[in-house]
Amino acid sequence: MADIHLDPDVLSALRDVMEDEFSTLIDTFLADSEQRLRQLTVAGDATQLLEAAHSFKGSSSNMGAIRLAALCHDLEQRSKERNLSGIELLIADITREFALIRPLYEDERTRAGSAIATVRPY
Amino acid sequence: MIAVQAALEPLTILIAEDSAADRLLLSSIVRRQGHQVLTAANGAEAVEAFRQERPQLVLMDAMMPVMDGFEAARQIKALAGETLVPIIFLTSLSESEALARCLEVGGDDFLAKPYNQVILAAKIKAMDRLRRLQETVLQQRDQIARHHDYLLNEQRVAKAVFDKVAHSGCLNAPNIRYLQSPYALFNGDLLLAAFTPAGDMHVLLGDFTGHGLPAAVGAMPLAEVFYGMTAKGYGLAETLREMNAKLKRILPVDMFCCATLLSLSFQRQSVEVWNGGMPDGYLHSIASGERTPLKARHLPLGVLTPQTFDDRTEVFPMALGDRVFLLSDGVIDTCDVNDQLFGVERLQQVFAANRQPDALFEDIEQALRDFRGEARDDVSMVEISLLDPNLLSPPAPIYSDSGQSCPLDWSVSFEFRAATLKRFNPLPYLLQLLLEVHGLRTQSGALYSVLAELYSNALEHGVLGLNSSLKRDVAGFARYYQQRNARLEALEDGYVRVHLQVTPEGEGGCLVIRVEDSGKGFDVERVMARPVDPVRLSGRGVSLIRQLGRNAHWTDDGRSARVEFFWEALA
Repeated sequence: MADIHLDPDVLSALRDVMEDEFSTLIDTFLADSEQRLRQLTVAGDATQLLEAAHSFKGSSSNMGAIRLAALCHDLEQRSKERNLSGIELLIADITREFALIRPLYEDERTRAGSAIATVRPY
Repeated sequence: MIAVQAALEPLTILIAEDSAADRLLLSSIVRRQGHQVLTAANGAEAVEAFRQERPQLVLMDAMMPVMDGFEAARQIKALAGETLVPIIFLTSLSESEALARCLEVGGDDFLAKPYNQVILAAKIKAMDRLRRLQETVLQQRDQIARHHDYLLNEQRVAKAVFDKVAHSGCLNAPNIRYLQSPYALFNGDLLLAAFTPAGDMHVLLGDFTGHGLPAAVGAMPLAEVFYGMTAKGYGLAETLREMNAKLKRILPVDMFCCATLLSLSFQRQSVEVWNGGMPDGYLHSIASGERTPLKARHLPLGVLTPQTFDDRTEVFPMALGDRVFLLSDGVIDTCDVNDQLFGVERLQQVFAANRQPDALFEDIEQALRDFRGEARDDVSMVEISLLDPNLLSPPAPIYSDSGQSCPLDWSVSFEFRAATLKRFNPLPYLLQLLLEVHGLRTQSGALYSVLAELYSNALEHGVLGLNSSLKRDVAGFARYYQQRNARLEALEDGYVRVHLQVTPEGEGGCLVIRVEDSGKGFDVERVMARPVDPVRLSGRGVSLIRQLGRNAHWTDDGRSARVEFFWEALA
C-alpha cells in the first residue's frame, strides 16, 4: 500500500487548471466524499457497496488522494468477489483515511485564497 | 475538396459524470482547452442535453445513476444518425470486458481516471478529425447523389427527344422488321427509315463510337439530315455526302459513325447499298436461297473530309420477297465465358440452319443466348423485304403553307452540262419548284418518279450511252453501274435540258415536262411496240412514264421526251 496520502504534483496541476475555482473544487470534493462515506456505511448489499466504492475511487484518484483511492479499489474488488466478511474494518480504514486527508485539503484551500464555500449545483 | 483545418476549432462538448467534483474538474480542463461545455449528472440528463443542444463530442462516465453511460451512449448514437458524434468513455474500469463493452455500445474511445489533460486533449483532437472526415464524406455523398439524379434526368430528357427523332420515320412499314434492344440506343445504335417522294425507301443502320449521351447526341443531326434529304428526293450519294460533312464538322476527332445506308426501289426492284465500317449485311434471295454479303467498302461517316469522301454505291437486283438483313456489331462481338467471339462463321451457321425466313431473328437471338449464357442487351437487327408496292402506303407529305397564293402561269428551262451532270442531282430542286403549285401536291409521288425516270434515261442511256439490257442478272447489274460511274467520271461533253411549263386550265391547270439529251437516241417505234410489262418496269422506263403521266411521247429520234400532268380545282 502506498504511503502517499496527497500527491503534491496532482494538487499543483489542479491548482493550475482550476485557477479561481480551486476552492470550489475542494469544497465540492469534500462534500461529495462525506456523502460517499455515508453511502458506504449504510450500504445494504454488495452491489451498492461496489458502486459507491467505484465512484469514490474515481474522484479520490482525480484529487490526488492516492491511498484513499487504493483502499476504495480493495473495497470494490472484495464487493465484486462477494467477500464481505470483515468488510466493516475496510470501511473503517477508509473513514480514517478520509479524516486524515481532510484537513490537508482544507489547508490547500486556505492557501489558495479565501473563497466562499458554496457548492454550486449543476 | 474541403481542407481539414490544422488548428482545432472550439467544439461544444457534453460532459456526463455523476461525481460533482469530477464533473467540475473535467469541465475546467475542457474549457481551458478552448471548448464550450455542457454538463449532465446522469444518463437521462445526458440524452436530453444532447437532444436539445446537439454537441459535437461527448465525454461519458460509464457508471451513472438513473441511466448508465452505456444506455445513454446507445441512445445518443441513435439520435445522431448518420452524423458522427464521438463518445469518449470516462472510466476507472480496468477489466478488458468492461472496456470492450464501451466500444460495443458505440463508444469511440475511453479515458482512464485520473484524468490526464494531455491525453484528453490528444483524444479530443483525434476524435474531432474523425468527426470532420465523416462530415466531409456525407457532404460529398449528398453532392454526388444530387449530380447523379441530375444526370439521370438529363438522359431521360435526351432519350425522349431522341425517340421522337428516331421514330418519325417509317420503321413500322409492313416490309420492315427490326429488333433494337433497350440499351442499343444508348450504345450509339441508330435505325432510321423513310420514304422518298417516289415511293422508294431509304434505311440507315448506324453505330456511333462511344456509349451513352455522347453517342446519342451525334445521332440527332444525322437523323435530321437523313429525314430532310430523303423527303426532298435526294439520292443516297448526296445524302451520304451531307451526313459525312456534318459529322466531320461537329463531332470530336475521335468520334465517328459506322453506317450502312440502303435505297430500296420497289418499282425498279433493286437495292442500292453503301456500307462504311459496319459488319457485312446480307441480301437473301428467296428463290436461290443464296445470301450475298454486303461488305463494308468505305470508312465510317465523319472520318474523311468532303473532298476525300467516297460516295460510290453498289446496286443489286431484288425479286419480290427477297430480303436485306443488317446487323450491328453487338451480334458478332458477343463473347462467351472464355472470351471467344461469336463471330461471322457462327452467324453463317445460323443462316444455314434457318428453315423459316420469318424466324431468323429468333434463331439468331437463341444462338446468342446459347453461346453467351445470357441475353445481350445492345443488339440491333433489321430486315427489309421487297414487297409489292401496292401493299405499301407512304404517308402523304405535310406542307406548312396555307395555299392562298401559288404560281399558276410560268415556264422555266435548264441546261445541265457535263461538269454539272457529274456532281449535281437537280431532281430535288425541280420537285420543290413544282410543289409550289398546290394542285400538283397530291401527285408528288408520280411527279417525282416520272421526273427521275426521264432524267436518268436522258443521262444514262442518252448522254452516257449505257445499254439497259445489261441489267438482266446480278453480274450484269454490277457491270452496268461500274460502267455508269466510269463514264460519268470521264464525261467531257453532253447536256440534259429540262423544260417545265405550268398553265391554268379551267379551274385547275396543266404541267408540261420536256426532257432532251445530247445522246444518240433510240428506236422509239420498237420500244413502244413492246408489251407493257406490269411486273418489271426496267429498260427505258417508258412504260412507267406512260402509266403515271398523260400523253407521253418521244420525238427527235428518242432524244426528246414530253409528258403532261393535269389537276382539277382544289376542294
